[in-house]
Amino acid sequence: MASIHIDGLTKVYPGGVTAIDGLDLTIADGSFFALLGPSGCGKTTLLRTIAGLEAASAGTIHIGERDVTVLSPGDRNVAMVFQDYALFPHMSVNENIAYPLRIKKIGRAERTLKANETGAALGLEALMERRPAELSGGQQQRVALARAMACQPSVFLLDEPLSNLDARLRLEARSFLKRLQRELGVTTVFVTHDQSEALAMADQIAVMEKGRIRQLGTPSEIFRSPSNTFVANFIGSTPMNLLPGVLRGGTLRVGSASVDHEAAGALAAWSAGSVDDGEVTVAFRPEYARVDGDGPLRFTGTVETLENLGASVLVTTRTDDDQRVQAVVPEGEEVDVGASVHVAPVPGRILVYDAQGELLRP
Amino acid sequence: MTTRAVLRRLVLTAFLGLATAFWALPLLWLVTAPFDRRPGLTVSWPDWTLENFQRLADNPYAFSSLKNSVILAGGSMIGVTILAALAAYSLSRVRIPGRNALLYGLLLLSSIVTGTAAMVPIFQLMFQLNLIDDRSGVILVFIGGLLPAAIFILKDFMDATPKSYEESARVFGASSMQVLRHVMLPIVRPGLATIAVWTLVNVWSDFLISYILLRDPAKIPAGVVMYTFYSEGGQANLPLISAFSLVYALPVVALYLFVNRRYGFRFHGGIKS
Repeated sequence: MASIHIDGLTKVYPGGVTAIDGLDLTIADGSFFALLGPSGCGKTTLLRTIAGLEAASAGTIHIGERDVTVLSPGDRNVAMVFQDYALFPHMSVNENIAYPLRIKKIGRAERTLKANETGAALGLEALMERRPAELSGGQQQRVALARAMACQPSVFLLDEPLSNLDARLRLEARSFLKRLQRELGVTTVFVTHDQSEALAMADQIAVMEKGRIRQLGTPSEIFRSPSNTFVANFIGSTPMNLLPGVLRGGTLRVGSASVDHEAAGALAAWSAGSVDDGEVTVAFRPEYARVDGDGPLRFTGTVETLENLGASVLVTTRTDDDQRVQAVVPEGEEVDVGASVHVAPVPGRILVYDAQGELLRP
Repeated sequence: MTTRAVLRRLVLTAFLGLATAFWALPLLWLVTAPFDRRPGLTVSWPDWTLENFQRLADNPYAFSSLKNSVILAGGSMIGVTILAALAAYSLSRVRIPGRNALLYGLLLLSSIVTGTAAMVPIFQLMFQLNLIDDRSGVILVFIGGLLPAAIFILKDFMDATPKSYEESARVFGASSMQVLRHVMLPIVRPGLATIAVWTLVNVWSDFLISYILLRDPAKIPAGVVMYTFYSEGGQANLPLISAFSLVYALPVVALYLFVNRRYGFRFHGGIKS
């Protein structure tokens, strides 16, 4: 068990590409932590640097009280599960799980026993003599997890743990991983590019872009109030509505729609005088918008496309100001393509970002 | 099928038949001549006998030469396989400037080492090292000559092995040698088998290097001893040569069958793609 402290970490690859740029981060002991971001944002590099597979160019990494910045991977007491699982193809499941113990020079009989125990804890008892190639993707993942558990590390590092599973299995593995992490209570850091995975599994999420952390918070904080437009855009299974607007004298104007601060009241999380007048970006989630709803801020337009999401429908509307606004409508309340509608965000769910893309907080 | 197509088919079949016969004839000779009472240079239904093998057994150098061949080929095989594994792993994983130029350069030069062109300097070198008429000298020359190509082949196998295998082992604390022994070598086993067999066959079929570097008739390998199977009149001793050819060829055939069975190109998987 250990927390992780990262201080001013920088990783520059030979050739001058900066993958991590002066990053500070503290990961609490026992938490399930997600590094989230688009590909190339440095999240995998960060994970590999914590593991010791990449050397830090500057800064320090502490695991618990220990400075591990220059230690080799084997001395950091971490275990990593790779995206492709990297199970040794020539070893049986038992030998794979026992491998960390073999490195620690534990006798064959004892490590076979320990591996069987660990395997059984993950429901692998019937598969212990099989080769990795004879297992399904989900079973392979469990073997990889069992192998990581076998060395009783103080930190688990998971690189895209779900990306190699098919969609149905992914949901199963998601709850399985979350349960397992809670039972073991070991600090776990995982990398994902899938925001829904991060929201579902993690206690804490760091959203990364270009080697920096753009927002750090719990899943609900990140979902409800993304602190900048990058995070707002990235989080959510349907993209956030981002509309250009102007703030002047306490009145917010978006195209032909406008709302003054008085009327906004509970509508938006900005207060008069919290920002100089000027250009802003107004954002709200399609899930928090109503078609033909009423409210102080309303967009008028025609329905352009309908996308069926199962229990709901995503309605894309082109407003009279030539902006696209999306709203999620529950089934049974569908509208027709071409119909003229009003789209209104739910009070309290409007976010306003300044010209730099930072959230205006009340 | 049109007449034209039938004709074309016929001509093609006839051509392939002829080509097959052309290549099959020497092999037929190899399996029939040793059992013929009077073997000639033509393939004919043999006048069955095992006399030729009796005569071969009486020859003082025939079987000791096979033993010598085993020593030379086996020694070179072990040397090449171990050195190639070490070199290929490091060349595959460590980035050094000019790595590819080095590999291609060695590959180019290696064909000269085992070829005729460098025979004089190699003889000189072995003479200075006091390794003339010494089996280890021959083994050294073979290792030097065959190593670059072996490294080249094996490096390809190592390159094709995903890095996550060894990174995984490293995170568990394995040293470089442990990664090589526990993970890399078992995974590239088909590659190791390939270069081992290839080395063995190369040395087994060699004539020139052993002929030049070995003097003592008790040390010469099978490829060279055949050269001494002449009758007093200076004529090729065909009964002896044919019987010896068969004995000489059999181990290689057996080896291929064995390796293919034991190490064939299997891959167990374990990387989910």
